Amino acid sequence: MTVTTERVLTILPAWNEAESIAAVIKELQQEVPDMDILVVDDCSRDATAAVARAAGAKVVRLPYNLGVGGARRLGYRYAVEHGYDVAVQMDADGQHDPRYITDMIDALSDADLVIGARFAGEGAYKVAGPRQWAMKLLSKALSAIARTRLTDTTSGYRACRGELINFYSRNFPVEYLGDTVDTIVQAKRSGYVIKQIPVSMRPRQGGTPSNSPSKAMIYLFRSGLALLLALVRR
Amino acid sequence: MRLTFVTATTGLVMLVVIFELLRRRQLREKYGALWLLVAVAVLPLAFIPTLLDGLSSFLGIASGLSLFLFASVVFLLLVAVHLSWESSRLEEETRSLSEEIALLRADVAELQELREKVKTP
Repeated sequence: MTVTTERVLTILPAWNEAESIAAVIKELQQEVPDMDILVVDDCSRDATAAVARAAGAKVVRLPYNLGVGGARRLGYRYAVEHGYDVAVQMDADGQHDPRYITDMIDALSDADLVIGARFAGEGAYKVAGPRQWAMKLLSKALSAIARTRLTDTTSGYRACRGELINFYSRNFPVEYLGDTVDTIVQAKRSGYVIKQIPVSMRPRQGGTPSNSPSKAMIYLFRSGLALLLALVRR
Repeated sequence: MRLTFVTATTGLVMLVVIFELLRRRQLREKYGALWLLVAVAVLPLAFIPTLLDGLSSFLGIASGLSLFLFASVVFLLLVAVHLSWESSRLEEETRSLSEEIALLRADVAELQELREKVKTP
């Protein structure tokens, strides 16, 4: 690990995560002590905000539910307004292992956006069936666009720095799938350098990703549309 | 003759409703003006339904009624698209506002905490 004087903010969008959020924050604090943690409470109905604050995180709370993309955009806006050099976005459900944060920040030395990717060698994350094809197709298309190998474009585990934080605070897409597909295309089209590093994901604390073929078809269709729109957008 | 009565009454009722909405400031002027214009343009047709026949035969459309239906579908489609555009814009605006509020509340909470500390050293 390199010693840096950069100010780092980890953004955790959270919606009704009161049960798991404290553990996630604690682990982050242990793993990367000199880093600020921002929980964006997307208008949870449980005590997410209070629990996060008690655990020592900074908390902003949205007045109504904006979805994960909207919550992340607010996180980036917070990072800009408070002058952070590096922003890391993670999921608040404990799926993302904070051990990789320092690797990701190190990787930012020659990239603007670093994506923590499953399937890239590390870990045992598997999806099967049509959903897998959809994700593969998306990865192929986005790899071609970004001119670098991207194996996991839907990963919400990312780090970015400098001007890109500013860019995302204004342009972070808030539509479904936009926060994954669109963010990569937009960053690339605006001339930022994208890179991925392998990470392993832990099993989700609750719920399973759906595997029904019809849902996968809808997923494929919507990601195709998101990709198309991302490419033609001004 | 009875048809003319029905169409004319409908046209007049529409005109009155829009005017009343405008008068009570329930409708923004830009929309009110649009619909008033439409009402005024359509009202003569309500009284004399054959008014468009000349134009429609010129355009190669069999009857004035067909022309009118075609024009109104196109017009309503444009209005619907405009409203979707408008609501997307409004959504973006409220989104920005909610972000602003969230940030302000966080700032206020921080300041309050600071003040508590100053008060009770």
